Amino acid sequence: MLCDRCQKRPAEVHFTQIINNSKKQMNLCSTCASELQAGSLGFAPQLNLHDFLAGLINHHFTGSSIQTNALPQMRCEKCGSTEAQVAKTGLFGCSECYSQIGERVRPLLKRIHGSSIHTGKVPKRTGGTALIAKEIRILKNQLQNAIKYEEFEEAASIRDRIKELEQKLQ
Amino acid sequence: MSLKETVSNPYSKWLEATGPENDVIISSRVRLARNLMGYPFPHVLGHENADKVLYAVQSAVAQKSLQEAVGNLELSRMTELSSIERQILVEKHLISPDMLEQPEKRGVVLRDDEVISIMVNEEDHLRIQCLLPGLQLKECWDLANTVDDGLEQIIDYAFAKEQGYLTSCPTNIGTGLRASVMLHLPALVMTRQINAVLTTLSKLGLTVRGLYGEGTQATGNLFQVSNQVTLGLTEEEIIDNLITVALQLVTQERAARRALHKEQLHQIEDKVWRAYGLLKYARTMTSNETMTLLSDMRLGVDLGVITGIPPGIIMELIILSRPAFLSKVKGADLNPYQRDIFRATLIRERLNSLSNE
Repeated sequence: MLCDRCQKRPAEVHFTQIINNSKKQMNLCSTCASELQAGSLGFAPQLNLHDFLAGLINHHFTGSSIQTNALPQMRCEKCGSTEAQVAKTGLFGCSECYSQIGERVRPLLKRIHGSSIHTGKVPKRTGGTALIAKEIRILKNQLQNAIKYEEFEEAASIRDRIKELEQKLQ
Repeated sequence: MSLKETVSNPYSKWLEATGPENDVIISSRVRLARNLMGYPFPHVLGHENADKVLYAVQSAVAQKSLQEAVGNLELSRMTELSSIERQILVEKHLISPDMLEQPEKRGVVLRDDEVISIMVNEEDHLRIQCLLPGLQLKECWDLANTVDDGLEQIIDYAFAKEQGYLTSCPTNIGTGLRASVMLHLPALVMTRQINAVLTTLSKLGLTVRGLYGEGTQATGNLFQVSNQVTLGLTEEEIIDNLITVALQLVTQERAARRALHKEQLHQIEDKVWRAYGLLKYARTMTSNETMTLLSDMRLGVDLGVITGIPPGIIMELIILSRPAFLSKVKGADLNPYQRDIFRATLIRERLNSLSNE
């Protein structure tokens, strides 16, 4: 086999790349291989984030990153996006996808972020119970501190406030 | 300043070298990804719905209370701008290159000093950005947070209790917050410490990129460091982490500069003055060469080797010498060779005007 690039010397380096289920193979002689590697990243184009994520999601759905046959077709009722589409683009079609298709991606979120529970900002007007849950979280931290510094009166009032809020959640 | 004036002026508020730690940190940026409840995400959004999102955002930014809190915000549709003007907004970091595709679906909200910008229908319905000079991540977050609160008065966001703000890409869910600092690290590069530093950053859950985002090279020794994780941490935790790391980088870069200045004074002075000489007198100049020389010159300014040059001029010249900006100033499309000539001319004129001041 001759080198794909110079078509003169025999191919000694065989380079296979799989991105998004498409397989690319290059057969190069050692001279061309080292030139390409030294010259630029063009030899192994930088994986963009979406391709990478699509690969991860695909792997998650199918249990394999190179399987190319039909994916299980769970579909979002709201926007019609299928798992296959999500796996291909790395993007969800709408916010409903998170509760429809997203359930199955939850472990993946944990893998990306190291956590799967939001602890940050909550929209004031539409946050609903999330806002109360956040306040409880903050109060529980304050309670710990109050106990630590033996401010028991303060601790008691924080505890009452937490109880009150927890009732609202039920 | 109107949007038309914004694209005619190479100077942005965030280029002022007035912020804290500005000898190393060029700028700070906070971006919040938000989506409207009930609409498909932009990559599958039809024209009619895209229009509805644009209208919703237009009325949300026009609220009196929001304008009172953060100043005058105005939405322009991408179709109202020429292709060169759109490209200039990219070169000024006010919109991403993705915004250039399908302009009929997209819009941009700008405050006239360019500190606040909101991309509409990019990867998410809203990308609220705040950009300030130097290390001002907290200030950026406060401002973005205020804009976010203001928009939320009218707009129903896609939000879930457990996953937080829902975004089209799962790497952004939770806080939807991406904070970044742009650093000038010439001494860490020269002393070959940069690779060790970059490896450490990736272990801390941070991403490093070049000046123009994902996949771009760190030309001109400019590096963008940003958080990777957006879910499971509070906004304040994310910001604090990044500030701590940025300050560490500042300390290390300064130490490397001092060492270079002490141990290789002649080499450094030679490098700086050669860069200054080329920028001041060369007749053609490629974009990459410009970035490298401006980086050397800025190092000279920061080390006190060259005096009388405002540090902000370096970023101003970088923006000025980008392809679309050159075409805009010239008033005509330029081929790469003509661009190199015109770039050298503009830089020369700007630097000579400084020495005459």
